[in-house]
Amino acid sequence: MLKDQDRIFKNLYNDMGADVKSAQTRGDWVNTSELIAKGRDWIINEVKDSQLRGRGGAGFPTGLKWSFAPKEVGSRPHYLVINADESEPGTCKDRDILRFEPHKLIEGCLIASYAVQAHACYIYIRGEYFIEGQKLQSAIDEAYEKNLIGKNAAGTGWDLDIYIHYGAGAYICGEETALLESIEGKKGQPRLKPPFPALIGLYGCPTIINNVETIAVVPTILRRGGKWFSSLGREKNTGTKIFCISGNVNNPCNVEEEMNIPLKELIEVHAGGVVGGWENLQAVIPGGSSMPLIPKEKCETLTMDFDSLMAEKSGLGTAGIVVINKDQDIIKCMARIARFYKHESCGQCTPCREGSGWMWRMLERMAKGEATKDEVDMLGDVTNQIAGHTICAFGEGSSWPVQGLLRHFKKEIEERNNLDPIVQKKNNIPYLVDQHLLDKKNA
Amino acid sequence: MSLRRPAKNQPETFEFSSSSMEEANKIVLKYPEGKQQSAVMALLYIAQKQNDNWIPLAAMKYIAKFLDMPYIKVYEVATFYTMYNLSPVGKYFVQVCTTTPCMIRGANKLVEACKEKISDKENELSNDKSCSWMEVECLGACVNAPMMQINDDYYEDLDKEKTIEIFEKILKGEYPKPGSYRGRLNTEPENNRKTLMDLKNA
Repeated sequence: MLKDQDRIFKNLYNDMGADVKSAQTRGDWVNTSELIAKGRDWIINEVKDSQLRGRGGAGFPTGLKWSFAPKEVGSRPHYLVINADESEPGTCKDRDILRFEPHKLIEGCLIASYAVQAHACYIYIRGEYFIEGQKLQSAIDEAYEKNLIGKNAAGTGWDLDIYIHYGAGAYICGEETALLESIEGKKGQPRLKPPFPALIGLYGCPTIINNVETIAVVPTILRRGGKWFSSLGREKNTGTKIFCISGNVNNPCNVEEEMNIPLKELIEVHAGGVVGGWENLQAVIPGGSSMPLIPKEKCETLTMDFDSLMAEKSGLGTAGIVVINKDQDIIKCMARIARFYKHESCGQCTPCREGSGWMWRMLERMAKGEATKDEVDMLGDVTNQIAGHTICAFGEGSSWPVQGLLRHFKKEIEERNNLDPIVQKKNNIPYLVDQHLLDKKNA
Repeated sequence: MSLRRPAKNQPETFEFSSSSMEEANKIVLKYPEGKQQSAVMALLYIAQKQNDNWIPLAAMKYIAKFLDMPYIKVYEVATFYTMYNLSPVGKYFVQVCTTTPCMIRGANKLVEACKEKISDKENELSNDKSCSWMEVECLGACVNAPMMQINDDYYEDLDKEKTIEIFEKILKGEYPKPGSYRGRLNTEPENNRKTLMDLKNA
């Protein structure tokens, strides 16, 4: 278990209060100007040394992302945008940072803005987190009052303004380009990449977009050194991470732990074990609903980091762990996730808009045992038609959980659904929609 | 995609009250010059708050003029985002999360409570016209599941009895205390905390 002195978010459960005074006793804002005085290159190199990877799901190296920002500010200003549109089912870590550790985030914004030469920072908070947004706003007001941000922020000579922009209940706005569209006052529909936001982002200006947790850990990394951060976890999967353990466990909780911690330790030690005992475990969704589930056998030895989960054909994602025990109907659970994606598809690309609905309806029927034998393969086919054929990663995000279900629980689906196919003959004519007509003799 | 339609009965006109106007002018200043369109989402919230928690078409037209942008662009935004109510909802607007992490911890019991205490159908006003409820997708409080949101507040760690208690309070016009209903501290593991103990005991 991670030692308490190595925890970055000491106020994760709000034992101490979120105001600026108590934040300062935890080390925030102590020597910000000294850190910034060491210069842009030092900051970016230190973040690169720490091997910090983005905490929002994709795990892109943060130092590398910052170095994509143009070195010189041209005619267009630079922007920093913080993604606090946390909507991935199973994830609720950013909420705790926004309400209990806002000053870590604000200080991180100042450092990151300096590193990428931005004078304005927008924090995009999902609309449902209205109370959390208000708490962050009062922390921002506090910081303005103490001259920690604004003109000559914290005595660094850098000017920074921070604004909050509320979303309004669209999961897709967590996708970075959809988020930019949303800040610009449009529908949140993702843009084609390239051009990447680092060159053409918000209002057509160079923009760096980071997750809340990524930015909030940066000040601590700079204070304690990139070497300290990279000494935790393992190569390329370093540091600490807030894990959200929900579902059928005795004590669902958020907990900050070292990367590469065994999944079993997280569940047994921190979350009080699976409801009904470890033997009652059915499957685990390891990183928010987009990541394919992992069956019990593999959970025994699984360690939680980006690369080891990738090797299991899943992913760490946002580290929102949903534990599903044997009292639950796994097909129904996945059908509900498919309904989520059907509801949240932005409607821009046809494969996703239509396919997400198909997957949901097929899974609903499969949960009831009303599907035919051939539909199991058809469902797999639908997922392959979506993944990789859309503008943004929502297509993958919606089809991966279904693919995971088919990979590990195909037998369960087939046992429940053994109706005969409507089309009897196997006529192999590609692209023919009315294939069933061929079964009639005179057709 | 979710299907969303504006209400049939629409008021003829809409105008910001003086306090809304003040708030709206402040928000426009948050964005660079000439990019006032960015304020449309915040302004729709203001209109929604002013107009008993829903947005009439007249308000969209008004905001379009206010921000000097085409009406259809405002309409697009208002119909795209699900938190803008396009038809009247209750003064107490209950949103129950039923996505998988909440579902496997018994969110359907909360839905039952809604049906018993508020109304049989989603988006239908209760008998005294003060409440309405709907199922929503993940509200981002998964370790406190099952949970629901009433207006701006989160009510967490619920079960059917506690949900009914909350509804009885709001139907009487009282304000139930938000937060965990099992008395645990935020997102800590209940009675099983192993980290940062010196702070807890301090």
